[in-house]
Amino acid sequence: MILLELFFGFLKIGCFAFGGAYSAIPLIRDVVLSYGWLTDEAVTYMIAVSESTPGPIMVNLATYVGSSQAGFFGAVIATLGVVLPSFVIILLVASVMKGAIKNKYVQAILRGLKPCIIGIICATGLFMILNNTLSLKAGFSPDIKAIAVTAVLAGAFFGSPKFMKKKISPITLIVISAVLGCVVYGF
Amino acid sequence: MKKNNILAELFLVFAKIGAFTIGGGYAMIALIKDNCIEKKKWITHEEMMDVTVIAESTPGPIAINCATYVGYKQAGLIGAIISTLGFILPSFVIIYCISMFLDNFLEIAFIANAFKGIKLAVGVLILDAGIEMVKKMQKKPIPKTIMVCSLICMFLINLFSLKFSSTSLMLVAAAVSLTIFLVQQNKQKGQKGGEQK
Repeated sequence: MILLELFFGFLKIGCFAFGGAYSAIPLIRDVVLSYGWLTDEAVTYMIAVSESTPGPIMVNLATYVGSSQAGFFGAVIATLGVVLPSFVIILLVASVMKGAIKNKYVQAILRGLKPCIIGIICATGLFMILNNTLSLKAGFSPDIKAIAVTAVLAGAFFGSPKFMKKKISPITLIVISAVLGCVVYGF
Repeated sequence: MKKNNILAELFLVFAKIGAFTIGGGYAMIALIKDNCIEKKKWITHEEMMDVTVIAESTPGPIAINCATYVGYKQAGLIGAIISTLGFILPSFVIIYCISMFLDNFLEIAFIANAFKGIKLAVGVLILDAGIEMVKKMQKKPIPKTIMVCSLICMFLINLFSLKFSSTSLMLVAAAVSLTIFLVQQNKQKGQKGGEQK
């Protein structure tokens, strides 16, 4: 039953996405790939679309995956699933369990979860970059164009605080990468 | 009558915030502060700080946590539901429309090429988010070890498509951290007990 699978898949994501939007991306990628809902390519495209449209990335991805698997109701069910855990937890914290977050056992668990998700995020970013440029999974075959574009993007993004006062925004980076993609792969 | 007014207001304010914040997270917090604290005076600065701290320790998008909290404070459970729904609705509608056309879009050659470029940027963005979090992390041996072990495990899971999900990995990390805490607590108790004798 696809609707149930969507609900529980995204409920799981909603329960574990500590630390904002980016921590949800590796989880969503993991769940979506393991159920075979989308291909790796499609997930990446969708992350880009979610980044460039308003609203939390988690919600955007849930809506998209749900709709691609089971139309309108799929979208509703997946979105509800992803939002429900944080909704319930905040309600509990705001009403009855005011001290729960400060409980020493809860804190001990959180101290384990946070570094773990940081590791997961770094590993996912690193793996995506290496897989895009060197095709790690499909036998090692370096893609010169991808390496060049990634180098330019990483240089612009990580180097920007040195040239300008602020780091360029994720959306600016996506626009630059789209233009580079058109130029490099189009000719 | 008054109750309906506040519900409508909650819905509209959060729908507006949901519709106009691109890129997530902290951009939304600025808008929520502006609307809920300065304009509507629904919550105080202190409460907002509390919610932010709670949001960091609970799963889910921080803006949803804020919406739920503010809604609950103003109008109880119904308020929480209305605010959260209002906040989600704009992105739901936008993404739902996009999802119907995205496949057709990708058949156009130059858009497909653009997405090939974007795909590379997404990897850089995720790695950057990870690095920023490492910088803010506590530089103590236990968190560092958990972080490095999770990084290696997750990389291998990705590389060999292992059947071990990231959520299982997180459960393991939580269990390890709790065990370490319990062992340390027992040790301290033991020491105190010894001193008293």
